[in-house]
Formats: sequence, structure tokens, C-alpha cells
Amino acid sequence: MIKKGIKADFPILNQKINGHDLVYLDNAATTQKPRTVIGSLENYYNHINSNIHRGVHTLSQKATESYEDSRRKIAEFINAENQNEIIFVRGATEGINLVANSYVKPLLNENDQIIISQMEHHANIVPWQMICEEKGAKLKILPMNIDGELLVNELENMINRKTKFISIIHVSNSLGTINPINKIIEIAHRNNIKILVDGAQAIQHIPIDMKKMDADFYCFSGHKMYAPTGIGVLYGKKNLLDEMPPYQGGGDMIKSVTFEKTIYNDVPNKFEAGTPNISGAIGLGIAIDYINDIGIENIAEHESNLLEYATEKINEIDGVRIIGNARNKASVLSFVINKIHPHDIGTIMDSHGIAIRAGNHCTQPIMDFYSIPATARASFAIYNTKEDVDKLMISIKKTIEVFK
Amino acid sequence: MSDWNELYLEVILDHNKNPRNNEELELYTHEAKGHNPLCGDRISIQIVLENEKVKEAKFTGSGCAISTASASILTETIKGKNRSEVESLFENFHGLVTGKETEKELGKLAIFEGVKKYPARVKCATLSWHALMAALEGKEETTTE
Ligand SMILES: Cc1ncc(COP(=O)(O)O)c(C=O)c1O
Repeated sequence: MIKKGIKADFPILNQKINGHDLVYLDNAATTQKPRTVIGSLENYYNHINSNIHRGVHTLSQKATESYEDSRRKIAEFINAENQNEIIFVRGATEGINLVANSYVKPLLNENDQIIISQMEHHANIVPWQMICEEKGAKLKILPMNIDGELLVNELENMINRKTKFISIIHVSNSLGTINPINKIIEIAHRNNIKILVDGAQAIQHIPIDMKKMDADFYCFSGHKMYAPTGIGVLYGKKNLLDEMPPYQGGGDMIKSVTFEKTIYNDVPNKFEAGTPNISGAIGLGIAIDYINDIGIENIAEHESNLLEYATEKINEIDGVRIIGNARNKASVLSFVINKIHPHDIGTIMDSHGIAIRAGNHCTQPIMDFYSIPATARASFAIYNTKEDVDKLMISIKKTIEVFK
Repeated sequence: MSDWNELYLEVILDHNKNPRNNEELELYTHEAKGHNPLCGDRISIQIVLENEKVKEAKFTGSGCAISTASASILTETIKGKNRSEVESLFENFHGLVTGKETEKELGKLAIFEGVKKYPARVKCATLSWHALMAALEGKEETTTE
């Protein structure tokens, strides 16, 4: 169970949009921030602001402590072996680019292969295309079925001695599918292939345990888990991170620099060149405190109840079709309505104070797979309620009425 | 931008439901496809230009209500107009939906004035016009990006 009145923790939700109480259902794009996270930013700039790892003065030490404290919290949150396996990045996108460039690119030769899936976000397609282009390597696509479930059994057949890396989305931002990631990782490792998991849509919905999962790399964005924008995490196994070359050069990532030779710092600093997003990193730690206070298991249960309720209700409406019917789903409800374009749905719903996403959700290959231009997507977070779902349903019915 | 009634006027809803000139021309002189990668909308325009005048205009493709209605009304509006008249219509229409000009004579196109309050929808309203302009310039494709 989840405590009542969670909405009150999120100041932004207490406003009217177009004359209606805001119902925010675009959480897969970004979540709202609780008061404590917003407060931590103000506190940081009012009392702590200073550069980290560089000063002997009190403020610099305080800032460094808070920043490193946040790294420790994240390591605990995902049950990483070692807090030095937590690298602060801008978000999932930068995490994927880092792995592509620092780990995978040096391994690639002409005609080698990288496997991704049919349901990847563009962030987990384009970086691979870029290095494949550069190295003359190929991208292989693990297919899915019409319900939006990956055909995991085909993975084994796709792997051959040219396969150098696998990168797979954990939870689909367009379909809600929770992929059987343990099984996928097991197959990769049985074939001696390293794997990156894009956890951008998983980390805020389900418990993540790096020791159990055994992914080689895992990445996510703070802003989708109640933290500020511009901060995210790349987890990597220590032995892999140690052997990788740096991603960017600059201050903080070095031990010593002369014009003849530079000695790189140890991980994680080796991958954190330049002054990082200190306040964002601290805010992410506070967001994790907030999630821990409620309990990620409770969050998972609450959201899964909401999804079940919403799925049942939306199926009662004629002319509406859900896109993504995987058996195991996180709280993402993508749908299309007969003869009404998702953008029109989005505009009408906005006039009812309801924020949903309309578009291809940075997953054009999924839209092509279903031969649709776009979907409307409602995605739920801890502060959403059954009442929000009811309002969504009323709004869908009114939208159908408009275009009748 | 509270009132969707200002955007989805009856006439627009009607053109969305029953688009005019929504078929392919067997013979045409100019054609171009318009694509809005942001929302996946695709609209193709085909016209017959005779003595520099638009004699026929048809469109195919799919899009949101705004882009469909806009294409439908475009095909009605440009018939009988010459190249420079069409060009200045587009200019004025563009001004209307981006909230720049309102005085110009726009006739039926004036019903799209509501779009100016929805900046995210301007590209929907202008997609078919961009395709038309590309066709007149002899290009085959255009995108709104
Ligand atoms: C599954 C998935 N991967 C990657 C990303 C990219 O995240 P960001 O834009 O925060 O880097 C997103 C965000 O939309 C996502 O949903």
C-alpha cells in the first residue's frame, strides 16, 4: 500500500491547466519532482555551492561529501558491488554513448555485429549505428511479436562469432513491456558477450539489483525518477570500467598531466571529466531517499494496480486499441483511437487539463512495426490515482465525441 | 489555449471527416510529398498546372485532423489561381497560423486562425502547403524539419 496524499509532495501538481486540475500522465517522458528534491537544489545553492574534489576549504569539502554520498546511495539502491561502479552522466543517452565509444568501439572490426532489439528507444539505436558506420560493422535486430514481447528464444540463433556486444532496453517506453532481462543476460554471458541494459524506464518502476541481474552495464536518467534533469547514471562492472579508455578528457579525470604524458584517474573519476552536475547528483540522491521512504516494491504494486485498472477501463471503450499487450508490463498505456490522430487526442485532452504524450516516443521502428504514425500514451507514476484514470477515460470519451 | 472549440471548428471537423479531393490524379504536371517526421504525417499533393493556372488539385495521405482539413481546403482554394496568387496565399496563410498577420483576405482559409494559439500544431496546418510549394518548385519531397 502507498500512503495517501502523495500529490501534496509535488508542488507542480497543485495547479489548474486550462481551467482543470492538472492530471499529469506523461511520466515516461519525465516525472515531476517532490518538494524535497526541489528543496535540495535550493539548499545546495544557498549553503553548499562549491566545486568538488578541488578545494581544501569547507564548502568544497561539503559539496564533495554530498556528491559522493549520493553516489553511495545510488550504489545501494541498485545493489552494486562497489560505489565506484557508479558513473555520473547526463542521462541514459550519455551512458549509452559512453559505453559505445569507450568499450565497444575499440572491440569492433569490419563485419562484426552488435545486437539490439526492435523496441529500442532512438538513444539505444543511433549510437550503435554511428560506431557501426565508422567501423563497417552491422546492427542486428532481435524481433518482437505483435503483443510487444521480444522473441528471446531467437537471440541464441542470432549470436555468432562476429557478435561483439548486445544492448537491450529493460522496459519499453512506448509499449510498457518489461523484458525478461535476466534470461537475456544469461544467454549473452553463456556466449561470452557483454551486455548493456537501458534501464531508463525500469529504475522508477521495479526493484533493480545489479548483483542478481549481472548486467555488465546499466544506465538510467534521473529526471524520470523524480530527480532533476541533466543527471543520470551509468553503472559498469569495475573490471570493465578499469580497462576502458576515458570517454572525454579534461579536469578531474586525470592523476597528473604534463605535456608529454597524462596519467588517468581511477574510476569513477576517469569518466567524469570537467565540473559535473553537482546539484543534480545531490538531487538524485534525495529523489532516491524519497523512493526508499515509500518503498520501490510499494511503488511497483501501486502502479501495476493503476495499469490494470486503466487497461480494464480503456478496453470498455469502443474504437480504442491498446498498443503493447505484453504479459509483463510497467505502467505505460499506449493506445490509438479509430480515425483520430494521436495529436488531436493530445490537444483535446490538454484542454481537459490532462497531459499525455502523442507521437512516436522516439521509437519510430515500433510505429513502423505496427504501421501506425504515432500513439497516444498515458504513463503513471507514484502520485497518480484511480481518479486520474477515471478522468483520462472521460476525456477519451469526450474526444471520440468531438470527432464523431 | 483552453478552448479546443477555437481550433477544431465545425468546418475543420467536417473536412477531416469528409476530405475533398482526396484521391490520386491520373495525369498531373506537378507532385510532391510532405512529411512531418515529428508526428509521422504524410501528405502528397498533385496538381495540373495549365497556362500557369491550377486546373486540378488532389491530395492523398494521412495526418491529424488539422493537416487533413488543411490539405482538403487547400485543394479547393487553389483551383483557378495562378502561381503567384498561390504563393501569396501561402505567405498570408503562414502569417495567419503563426499569428503574424490577420488583415489579409484569406477567405475560407481564415478558419485556421485558431492554430496560432497552438504553436505545436503550426506544422500540421502548413504541411500540405509546404508540399504544394515543393511541387511548384519541381521538388519531389519536403519535410517540415
Ligand atoms: C527507454 C529509454 N531509453 C533512453 C531514453 C533517453 O533518456 P534521456 O533523454 O534522459 O537521456 C529514454 C527517454 O526518453 C527512454 O525512455
